[in-house]
Amino acid sequence: MEKVNVSAFLRKYTMVIALVLVAVFFSITTEGKILFPQNINNLISQNAYVFVLATGMLLCILTGGNIDLSVGSVVCFAGAAGAMIMDKGVNMWAAVLAMLIIGVLIGMWQGFWIAYVKVPPFIATLAGMYAFRGLSNVVLQGLTVSIKNETFIRLFGGGADCYVPDLFGGEGFNMTCMLAGCLAVVILIAMQLKNRINNKSKGYETAPLGNTIVKLVVISAAILWITYKLASHKGIPTALIWILLVLLVYGYLTTKTRIGRYLYAVGGNEKATRLSGINTKKVYFIAYVNMGFLAALAGILTIARLTSSQPTYGQGYEMDAIGACFIGGASAYGGIGTVPGVVIGATLMGVINQGMSIMGIDANYQKVVKGLVLLAAVTFDVLSKREKK
Amino acid sequence: MAKILLEMKNITKTFPGVKALDNVNLKVEEGEIHALVGENGAGKSTLMNVLSGIYPYGTYEGDIVYNGEVCKFGKIKDSEEKGIVIIHQELALIPYMTIGENMFLGNERGKSAAIDWNETYGEADKYLKMVGLSESSKVLVKDIGTGKQQLVEIAKAMAKHAKLLILDEPTSSLNETDSKALLDLLLRFKKEGMTSIIISHKLNEIAYVADKITVIRDGSTIETMDKHTTEISEDRIIQGMVGRELTDRFPKRHNVKIGDVNMEVKNWTVHHPLYPERKVCDNVSINVRKGEVVGISGLMGAGRTELAMSIFGQSYGTNISGQLYLDGKEVHLKTVKQAIQNKLAYVTEDRKGNGLVLTNPIKINTTLANLDSISPHKIIDKDKEYQVAEEYRGKLKTKCPTVEQNVGNLSGGNQQKVLLAKWMFADPDVLILDEPTRGIDVGAKYEIYCIINDLVAAGKSVIMISSELPEVLGMSDRIYIMNEGKIAGELSAEEATQEKIMSIIVSSGKGA
Repeated sequence: MEKVNVSAFLRKYTMVIALVLVAVFFSITTEGKILFPQNINNLISQNAYVFVLATGMLLCILTGGNIDLSVGSVVCFAGAAGAMIMDKGVNMWAAVLAMLIIGVLIGMWQGFWIAYVKVPPFIATLAGMYAFRGLSNVVLQGLTVSIKNETFIRLFGGGADCYVPDLFGGEGFNMTCMLAGCLAVVILIAMQLKNRINNKSKGYETAPLGNTIVKLVVISAAILWITYKLASHKGIPTALIWILLVLLVYGYLTTKTRIGRYLYAVGGNEKATRLSGINTKKVYFIAYVNMGFLAALAGILTIARLTSSQPTYGQGYEMDAIGACFIGGASAYGGIGTVPGVVIGATLMGVINQGMSIMGIDANYQKVVKGLVLLAAVTFDVLSKREKK
Repeated sequence: MAKILLEMKNITKTFPGVKALDNVNLKVEEGEIHALVGENGAGKSTLMNVLSGIYPYGTYEGDIVYNGEVCKFGKIKDSEEKGIVIIHQELALIPYMTIGENMFLGNERGKSAAIDWNETYGEADKYLKMVGLSESSKVLVKDIGTGKQQLVEIAKAMAKHAKLLILDEPTSSLNETDSKALLDLLLRFKKEGMTSIIISHKLNEIAYVADKITVIRDGSTIETMDKHTTEISEDRIIQGMVGRELTDRFPKRHNVKIGDVNMEVKNWTVHHPLYPERKVCDNVSINVRKGEVVGISGLMGAGRTELAMSIFGQSYGTNISGQLYLDGKEVHLKTVKQAIQNKLAYVTEDRKGNGLVLTNPIKINTTLANLDSISPHKIIDKDKEYQVAEEYRGKLKTKCPTVEQNVGNLSGGNQQKVLLAKWMFADPDVLILDEPTRGIDVGAKYEIYCIINDLVAAGKSVIMISSELPEVLGMSDRIYIMNEGKIAGELSAEEATQEKIMSIIVSSGKGA
């Protein structure tokens, strides 16, 4: 009995354990540098685009392992368009809105070919990958356009001072950040408790109390530790706000709404879903429209962070997003995958990137390691499923 | 007395939970055409799969003695080397390859890695001539008709130097002229010394070509008839196929009042989605009353599933014509959603392929067809979902630890119950159940029958498509018999017998 539990536990939390092991490994090899508050801050800001794109990619992958290769180019194109608009002196909010609309339109364009014409997603988005890369170059005329709007840069996580200001104005230690962390922990525990009481009163099955407590303690400790680190540097990076917003919204969307349910159902068994009276074409369409929207958001974060727009931005972003999903346990055949999984996958990729950079490992070798990690994660997934049968 | 080419001794094959073959014995003489007959699911195809190595040695019990030696085939290639070649009911040709490429697929001509195309097409033409097909072997398979494709399959078998040819329902997709040509070809091969085993439902064809007929029923061999010693009539074969006692396997319905016509279909014609010139359902008219169970009997490929799916929001077929009345009003159901909204439900025969999302838990599958009712403002009320799933779990006695269990981990019978729960929750007035007890054990079958009885007792209408004659007879108030896309007959429960149904099918097949 004990042994069964251990193996089930290992299978369920493999990637969490892997993440911890990798973090420990790097904190040893970098002599603890990776745990410096500043580096944790960087980790979040630098990888904001991965979290955002991987969340969108998850929805596409859920519909049947369908990926979107065009996101890197769309990130670049939306950013380029926004940079040009702001360069003309247009209001920053109008530019943000324009970028998001461009993303949605691109998503509709690709979604149309994929959902209604039945062009395989791989090909439709490969076409988009070329086309929008080319268009970015056209829009920017091959040049770098710098972003001068300070508010825009600060708000979307770029520049030197991209932190949520400390309400208490304390020196050194950011009290707001720490309080926010505590508040998050309190809300988390309250919600879990409410859920538990609710389930008990209705006689539903509840997880053993011990499990819940352990889980809560671990998660709370992680939140407090991270906020403590952030507070010791400059506070909450604004990029983190955007990441959290996206994760919360999509976490809710995938687990509690009709459309979320349809995404899983289509990926699990398209025919059965269609025969249940669900418009499966619309489900594919929505997944890709949403991907366009989130790619535009990632574009905004990218140009803000780099305070400029260049025709080469966003290259390889699609692979980071796809990798994060699969490392996070999404099935390459669709129907399986969660937003928390994506968080783990994206963080793992980020930690590996960061750790190797601090160690001073050549960027080319970093790619080799990332490739091997992806292969290992998916192999493990395939093997653990085989075992079950 | 010719020598025995093949003897299968005491073959027993079990699948998880089901004994598909139970001590089957089969003797085939050299140079004869031996027919295997039996109802759907009797075990004919399983037996042939054992013989050809699809189910490898070790997964079954018993011996295969071929040409005097005991054979232990591990894969199809092993049996083909000995000259045993099977031609499956579903043609295994690749449409966008030429006839020649198809014929030598996996058996390529030429030395080492390089294919000798001259030899390939030269040889292919030789074999095509042998089967009397005048096409060039460079024509793409998709460009020739099904009749010719079947001949290509046979030519392909000849190219493997077949000594024992097994044909599984070779004429099921052929018209009469092509069928006749194929059967004559078999007779010609016989004269040249070829041995064949033919599986067929078309008893007139069997009476025409077969020397011996072995009847298989419920996984056992019942008898072998020899044309040369006994008189073989179709009635005689039917008697062998269905001669089973009807025991008390079906729960009785008490005091169910049969009311007005609930659903009526008139002059329903459906064309094949890929070959629009082919009619899959031809001028079908049926109706079902409130509180009534109507059975639709027929052989595989009779067009029953296609009929049901085309009614259910046109989920099958093209150029659908005809009228559909629900509760006296004509409706036009273009999508599945409309069909569900008009209180129609179709419970598929293929629960894994078309019915359930196996990677999802029971509760999610239960609510999928009627998610709107538990998700006000598009947000799912998880409490309600759980309650619904629990309610149906209790009602249908689904055996599972919790409704959080993934459907993929349930047994067939319990999966079927989840599928039924899903459609009962959609709250239909008319349920079309397609093979509701396929592949589940006797106990679960009985429970499903009880659920059907409860449904009609509540005033719903049930149309039950089934290939199992005893089930149709035991459960239906009225039975339609379908064959080759048409309604071949209608019988009331009182007048219906297995023999009558079989002979209606057979005689309509002859008349076509």
